Amino acid sequence: MSNSALSRRRFLGLAAGAAGAATLAACGSSGPSSSGGGGGAAASYWSLSGPPGQPYRQAAIDRFNKANPGSKITATFYQNDAYKQKIKTALGAGQGPTMIWGWGGGGLKAYVDAGQVVDLTDWFSQNAAVKDKILPSSFGAATVNGKIYAMPIETVQPIVLFYNKKLFDQVGVQPPQSYGDILDLIPKFNAKGIAPFSLAGQSRWTNMMWLEFMLDRNAGSDVFNNVFAGKPNSWSDPAVLDMLTKVQDLVKKNAFIKGFESITADSNADQALLYTGKAAMMVHGSWSYGIQVAQGGDFVKSGGLGWMNFPPIDGGKGDPSNTVGNPGQYLSISSKASSGAQDTAKKFFGTSLVDDTEKSGWVKSGGVPVLKDSDSLFTGDDAQFLKDMSSIASKAKVFAQSWDQALSPTAAETLLDNIAKLFQLQVSPQQWVDALNGVIGK
Amino acid sequence: MTALAPPAARVKAPTARGGRSGVTWMALPALLMFLAFGLVPLIGVLLLSFTTWDGIGPITPSGLTSWRNALSDRELPHALWVTFEIMAISWLVQTPISILIGTFMAAFKRYRGFLAVLYFIPLLLSSAAISITFKALIDPNFGIGSGLGVDWLKQNWLGEPKLAMGVLVFIVSWQYIPFHSLIYQGAVRQIPASLYEASKIDGAGGMRQFFSITLPQIKYTIITSSTLMVVGSLTFFDLIYVLTGGGPGDSTRALALEMYQKGFMANLMGPASAIAMILVLVGVILAQILRRLGGRGDESQLEGM
Repeated sequence: MSNSALSRRRFLGLAAGAAGAATLAACGSSGPSSSGGGGGAAASYWSLSGPPGQPYRQAAIDRFNKANPGSKITATFYQNDAYKQKIKTALGAGQGPTMIWGWGGGGLKAYVDAGQVVDLTDWFSQNAAVKDKILPSSFGAATVNGKIYAMPIETVQPIVLFYNKKLFDQVGVQPPQSYGDILDLIPKFNAKGIAPFSLAGQSRWTNMMWLEFMLDRNAGSDVFNNVFAGKPNSWSDPAVLDMLTKVQDLVKKNAFIKGFESITADSNADQALLYTGKAAMMVHGSWSYGIQVAQGGDFVKSGGLGWMNFPPIDGGKGDPSNTVGNPGQYLSISSKASSGAQDTAKKFFGTSLVDDTEKSGWVKSGGVPVLKDSDSLFTGDDAQFLKDMSSIASKAKVFAQSWDQALSPTAAETLLDNIAKLFQLQVSPQQWVDALNGVIGK
Repeated sequence: MTALAPPAARVKAPTARGGRSGVTWMALPALLMFLAFGLVPLIGVLLLSFTTWDGIGPITPSGLTSWRNALSDRELPHALWVTFEIMAISWLVQTPISILIGTFMAAFKRYRGFLAVLYFIPLLLSSAAISITFKALIDPNFGIGSGLGVDWLKQNWLGEPKLAMGVLVFIVSWQYIPFHSLIYQGAVRQIPASLYEASKIDGAGGMRQFFSITLPQIKYTIITSSTLMVVGSLTFFDLIYVLTGGGPGDSTRALALEMYQKGFMANLMGPASAIAMILVLVGVILAQILRRLGGRGDESQLEGM
């Protein structure tokens, strides 16, 4: 075992050396031109399948392949959960793709610690024009120990409170302005046989979005920042206990649809509950908009869907402008890839991923691009939603990354596991805090 | 005389050796498969359980750290208990039904071929497909209950711990009862008809025949089928993973699922390997116990025939 560790390390050293050489070569030729008489190396790219993103991911690769027939990128797409396993196994076995698609944060840090991804800090300083095209707030989750290891791509995705306007009219109530309003709405919807909130509880990270907002509105962003920084017993803050108790109260009050424990987000069943009128509200990522447009018939078109930032909690210390979600998606370059493949990837980063077609493509997908100056592109049916998302993202005092993405996979699994038990009332708030304190900094 | 004996022995020896080597040669493919896909990975997992590895970085030996981590986790006894529950309940449900259907099919000659094919169908489907189908069918909001307007079907099937366990056992039984019925059918048909004829002359009825002849005669089949059920239930993974993901909470998180979550979700390959070794140990011990329950393999079931 020690032998294999050694050989791995030696291999890593070699790979890092090759990467360094590649960077030097790139400096020498001033600009991302392909080496060896126009015939660059082929590169591979793995990402997520399904709507709304896959067509635009494929389009960017097609554009690049058309412009660079000598250095083709081959793309493979996987379903969300399958991808998370596949990429881990592939990287562990040294069979990963050239370009690793991810969510930044703790997952990226694990790759960095294992020496799997290339440091892009120098590349970004040499290609300042590329860096300048991307929202600066999106670089936070791409940065580990002060160095940039990934390029922010695709869209900024704040999590918002969606609601079914038709149901609100039917019951004769107004969208909630505060957490107190939410509590008032729960019995009103339940009385009409409508679930107040849709929730895909089996997916677990869906439940987590509730905790993120409840804690932030309650106590601001300090508590989780301390957890993220690895300060011992950070979860023991009284605000956490208060938040957990509130969440369990919601469960006890039947705020969430019956059977939420077995609903999965991958099948979009939680969103179906909202647009089919079985549930009145749903806390979900902004990407859900595109899914509801695509699958909800004329629900969105006919003005059935409403959205807002999560309302403030009465007496809470958190800034109501704060939001949580994905400050972007991230693409890293594998340090095990050949230098030629790495060059191809960098060229892809500097061209197709930041061009205007890319920007308008992601707007068309129903998202706010990580690329700057996209507001002028917000036209047509989705304009209002996109403007609102853009304003939530840009006006947020703190745009926090989703907890499970920010933490290491080990801590994230304990977090998600305990969140599922919390919603199932299988653990008390205090047990939850104790369990989570146990994995701080791991 | 003495000069003659050695050639005779020499003549005999090659045939004996030849016979044995023939047998060895026939066992070779199975042995090689077992070595390559059973034993080698097993040794790999055993070695991994004494290391710390996150699945992507370097593997570092760490002595008993992973074992301590795995054994001190209170999820382990819980997962063991859930595994045992699934095993025991599904055995209790499957065995009587399988024996009855098997006996019935053995006697029911007319549609035997057709029924045998029909019964085999659930076994041909993949567990994942079965799980997805059942999950959709029993969905409290979009499933068969609300579709047909049948209220008692609108239970929170996979959201209540007890119901979820029940659904799990039901689906397992639905999938495997046909298989075990076929085994029992074969066993019942092997019972000599003369036993039944003799008992008939002695005035035994159908019930008496079943308990005094059929059941004792299929004893070894019961043990074979139980071994398959018990050891098989240790490896239920795809079914649970797709159906409940171990939920609600951790109510259906069996050992195999616990191992997966440790290894591939939490990136703790060392403790996951330790759990895998525990899984292997439990499987081997259970298989041994069931073999012992069968008694000595050389006793005859046809005494007095």
